[in-house]
Amino acid sequence: MTDAPRIKPAPVRRSVFVKASQEHAFEVFTAGFDRWWPRDHSIAGSPQKTAVMERKVGGRWYEVGEDGSETQWGEVMVYEPPRRLVLIWQVGADWKRDPNLHTEVEVTFTPEGDGVRVDLEHRMLEAFGERVEDVIGAIGAEGGWSGLLKLFAAEAEQ
Amino acid sequence: MTNVNLSLAAIADPTRRQVFERLGAGPLSVGEIAEGLPVSRPAVSQHLKVLKDAGLVTDRPEGTRRVYAIDPHGLGALRAWLDQFWGDALDAFRIEAERKEQP
Repeated sequence: MTDAPRIKPAPVRRSVFVKASQEHAFEVFTAGFDRWWPRDHSIAGSPQKTAVMERKVGGRWYEVGEDGSETQWGEVMVYEPPRRLVLIWQVGADWKRDPNLHTEVEVTFTPEGDGVRVDLEHRMLEAFGERVEDVIGAIGAEGGWSGLLKLFAAEAEQ
Repeated sequence: MTNVNLSLAAIADPTRRQVFERLGAGPLSVGEIAEGLPVSRPAVSQHLKVLKDAGLVTDRPEGTRRVYAIDPHGLGALRAWLDQFWGDALDAFRIEAERKEQP
């Protein structure tokens, strides 16, 4: 069998310019995670009360439900304030954490003009494709990504 | 079912991924794809049908045979899913980051 090149989805890249200092932006993104992460964006059975990012390599990022239960999204892989952050994202297409799923979200903070450019790259997306055989229909269903995104957008615009 | 669902499901099967990945080098016929794969031609055809339904590959007749190629727009569905998510998340983040430091 020939070595056909492996086909991988290109990483998702998004950037946003923030009128704030590099330090402040990094601080809000990490320490202030709970202030902007959507409350309805939850993978737990219990309603989400807070969202937490432990600010150290190997730290967890997780949500705490109203009932006190903790549900983990993944881990902090790289923590280099105020410049760079890499999160391991382990939430699969079925909207549940899979400890064996490994996709990476890298976020960099670059001073630019009177603010900071925040670049986000979500990569290794091919890993999703290997784990969704039994979860067809989860994405896009009411309460799945698209439903949560609508709620998130409404909240963020308030 | 959305395109994203179909795309994810289509590449979830290991053999189907192999079929899909073989097309990475360029368009191939069913027979060419089946060469070296431990599955029959009818099985390859079936996998190709699923990939086609998911919008991941396209096919066209070429003489007496049918040639398959990767649809460059197919994987876009998966990416679009996350693209929208992170775009919205960063917007919310920007609002919060700027709000707290405005004088």
